[in-house]
Parts: sequence; C-alpha cells; structure tokens
Amino acid sequence: MDVKGKERYNWPVTILLICGLITIIFPLYMTIIIAFKQPSEMTNSISGILSLPKTWSFSNFAEAMRVTDFWRSLRNSLLITGVTVILSIALHSMVGYAIGRNKAKSKWYNFTYLYIVSGMFVPFAILMMPLVKQTAQWGIANIFGVILCYMVFYMPMNLMLYSGYLVNIPVALEEAARVDGATTWTTYWKIIFPIMAPMHATVAVITALSVWNDVMTPLVIMSGSGLNTLPLAQLSFQTQFGTNYNLAFASYLLALLPLLIFYIICQKQILNGVVNGAVK
Amino acid sequence: MKYANDRQRTFMLMTIPVVVLFFAFNTLPLIKGVIYSFTNFRGYGTYDWVGLRNYIDLFQDARVGKSYLFTLKMAVLATIVTNVISLILALGLNSKIRFKSALRGLYFIPNILGALVVGYIFNYFFTYIIPALFNTTSILASTTWAWVGIVIVCAWQAVAMNTIIYISGLSTVPEDVYEAGSIDGATGWTKFKHLTFPLIIPFFSINMVLSGKNFLMVFDQIMALTKGGPAQSTESISYLIYNNGMAGGQFGFQSANAVLFFVIIVAFSVAQLRFTSSKEEQL
Repeated sequence: MDVKGKERYNWPVTILLICGLITIIFPLYMTIIIAFKQPSEMTNSISGILSLPKTWSFSNFAEAMRVTDFWRSLRNSLLITGVTVILSIALHSMVGYAIGRNKAKSKWYNFTYLYIVSGMFVPFAILMMPLVKQTAQWGIANIFGVILCYMVFYMPMNLMLYSGYLVNIPVALEEAARVDGATTWTTYWKIIFPIMAPMHATVAVITALSVWNDVMTPLVIMSGSGLNTLPLAQLSFQTQFGTNYNLAFASYLLALLPLLIFYIICQKQILNGVVNGAVK
Repeated sequence: MKYANDRQRTFMLMTIPVVVLFFAFNTLPLIKGVIYSFTNFRGYGTYDWVGLRNYIDLFQDARVGKSYLFTLKMAVLATIVTNVISLILALGLNSKIRFKSALRGLYFIPNILGALVVGYIFNYFFTYIIPALFNTTSILASTTWAWVGIVIVCAWQAVAMNTIIYISGLSTVPEDVYEAGSIDGATGWTKFKHLTFPLIIPFFSINMVLSGKNFLMVFDQIMALTKGGPAQSTESISYLIYNNGMAGGQFGFQSANAVLFFVIIVAFSVAQLRFTSSKEEQL
C-alpha cells in the first residue's frame, strides 16, 4: 500500500466539487435574499434581484406567518409526522417481528408478508379518489385519517426493513427469556424491540422525511377541513401572495427551515437512515 | 405446549389488526377504484354501469394520450440525467478529496427539502432569473420546453438521493480489486467500465427503479411549476387523475385511467427487476 497516497488529497476533484456546489447554494441563496427584501428593492435586473437586501428586516416573515397561519400549520405538520413515526415504529416493528419469525415455516405468514409488501406497487393515484370518499364516509377526513393512510402507505417498506433486520437477531434470546417465564408479548417489548433500535432510527428518518414533505395525501383528504400542513399552506396561500414574491419567499423559507434545522442536528443519522432504507 | 400456544396467539394478535388496517386503506380503496372504473360516476350523485366504455375512451382521449407521452418522456430523460450526474458526483465524492463529509452533507440537502416548495423556488428562477440573464422568455411558458424545466427540477432533487446510494455502493468495492486492476493497466474509463461499474450494478438497479418510479408518479413539481400548462403540455398522469378526477367530474373515467396507470407501474417494476437481476447473474 502506498501510505503517502492516503494523505495526498485529490485537489482538482475537490475544487470541481466545490464549484458544483453552486447548483445547491444558489437556489437557497436566492430564497434567503428575496425573503429579506422589500418589493421596492426588486427591480427587473439581475442585480436588483440578487444583491443583498439594504436592511435585514424580519417583517416579511412576520407577515408571512400571519397570512399562512404558520404556527397552526407547523403544529399540524409536527402532529402528523410525530404520531405517524411513533405508530410506525410501534406497529410496523411488531408486525415485522410476528411475520419475520414465522414466514419461513408458515404459509399464512408468508402470504401476509407478500400481501403487504406488494402494496409497494400501488400508486397513490389509484387509491386517491376512493380514499377521499371513504375517509369522508367514515368521518375521518381530517388529521386522523391522514395518519391512518400514512400508516398503511409506509407499511410495505417498513415491514421489509424490520423483518429483514430480524434475521440477524437470534431466536435463542427469546428462548432465554421464556425460561425465565416471560410471555411472548413481554419478550417482544423488553428484549426484541430495544435490540431493533438501529432499524427504528432508519424507519423514523425515512418516514419522517416522506411524511413531512408530502403534499398529495393531506391535499385530497383534508381539503374540506380547513386544516393545513406546512407544505400545504404554501399551496393554499399561493393566490394570496399574488406577485409579492418577498412575502412568498419568506413563507417558503419558513417552510423549509424545520427540516434544514433537523438535518443540521442529525445529519449523520439521516444519511445512514436513508441509505439503509434504500439499500436493504 | 402452553408456551407454544401463547406464542402463536401473540403473533396472531400482533398481525391481524395491522392486516385489517392495511386492507381498509389499501386493498379496499384499490377494489373500489377498479369498481368505479366501470361506471360513469362524476364524484357525486347517481351513476350507472358503463362496462368497458371508460377503457375504450381512454385509448381515444387525446388529453390522456398526451399525458402518458409527457410522463414517459419526462421520466426517461430525468432518470438518465439523474443517474449520469449522480454517478459522476458519487465517484468524485468517493475519491480522496478534502472536506469529504462536509461536501457529502451539502450535496444531500436537496433531498430533504419539500418538492412543492423547491418547485415554487425554481418557478421564480425560470420565470425571472433565467430570462433576465439570457434575455429570453421563460421556458415554463413554452409548450416545447416547459417539460425540460420539470426534468431539471426533478433531477436536481433526485440526484442527491441517488448520489448517496452510489457512494454506499462504491464503498463496498474492495481496494484490492483496484490494485489488481492497476497491475493490468486499467485506468480511467476502462477501470470504471470493467471494474467499478460491474461491482455496483445492484446499486445501479436500485437507483433506476427508485428514480424511474418516482418520476412516473411526478405530481408536486407539476403543481408548483406549471399546473399542467402551457396548453396541457406538462400534464403528468397523476396530475391529470387528480385534476379531472377530483374536480373535473370524471371520477369514473379517471378511475379507469388510474387502473391503467397501476398496471403500467407494476409492469415497469417487474420488468426492471427482471432485467437488472438477469444482468447481475451474468457476472
């Protein structure tokens, strides 16, 4: 092995990659700059749009928060995402355990596994219209109905992840607990559930990202309820912003901020989670 | 024996409620969707059975045909663009570079941002920044070029995800393969073509399926960028089903469209999995 080669950096590639970052940074820069400006500063020339604002005032943000009812939308988004993630971890891991432990020897569990996993091929477009009718009939055309839908939409993926992970957990652990007189139910929650912690992290990250950014499900299901999620608020208030792009961009930035903060704090977990979810 | 009973009962109790939930929110609406597709339901009021009428109309409807063409064209181009860029990016981010983790972290940002808001930001970019820079009109207003705008925005976000998957693929390639290769004189493109790429084919197939399927179902970007316009030139299948099925009084007809779309997605997924798994076997 060339030991020196390990310390030598490939600078041309590094510089190319840094230059390429402009494609990521520029849209974000544009969003921030426009969000802080006043409409009077926006001339039709490029420099008028992209120069730094004269004063860094938060008035656009205050106004955008008022127009989009930011705190309520944020609360709804947090509620939907939080409850979906918690229920997914609890229920999907449980069914993943029951199916994972039995599908090799039982036809019924193997069938159930294939039945649920094949749900991955069902596009939302075909479920959309019947689900709207159904949730309205059942009186759950609200946040609760949206959460139930998500529980089902992410079940195929999460079931695959959990039952795949379970293969690595020896059954001997459960037998040891059984000798101590524990029931299967307590064994699951006391022993297996904690061991699956790395998979819980993966499931939490993937589910949270998809649910938080999803527009279509709450759009069709909660449309009559007057409720908004954070992305949905951008859609609903699109007309009210009119041509006041400064206000609109302040609102966009506010909508992007929660996930950006989340990403800065747990970047590592998010990257690991996303890769695990896709590759396994 | 008592233990075995408890174990089987617990497994059943764990499974059945979840299966019931799955049935109620996946299988049941799927069945209802198929049933609606044989009716002239408008979304309200009474309806009649029309047999295969909707399906026959589907193949004669110019707007539906246009939306399938657009979606296919867009998905194919976006999949190619995304995979080429993300493969190059992954090779760069996997080499011996300075600031490796920071660069990887920054290049992943587009993936965590909501597609709708990203769409609105790019909408502004295409409508005001690009025309001011190059003294042209907005590509989103052009029936010939608007779809390219959609491809750009979709690829911008999808590249982040695919890159990360390629990076994790590249990190599985053992160092001694390259050493053996360099003895044989493999460098640059030959090295990539004969050593690296065959070894990351499983990751290539994951990315093809993942991005292909996502692009076929494109919705948010359409909503934010063009709303299907101009002149319905960028109406994706999902958008058409949503727009005409929910508000346009074509509940039954668009249900038939959704069933056709479902069949296509299944066929696409199965074909792609077959194709890539046969390629893997050859190695």
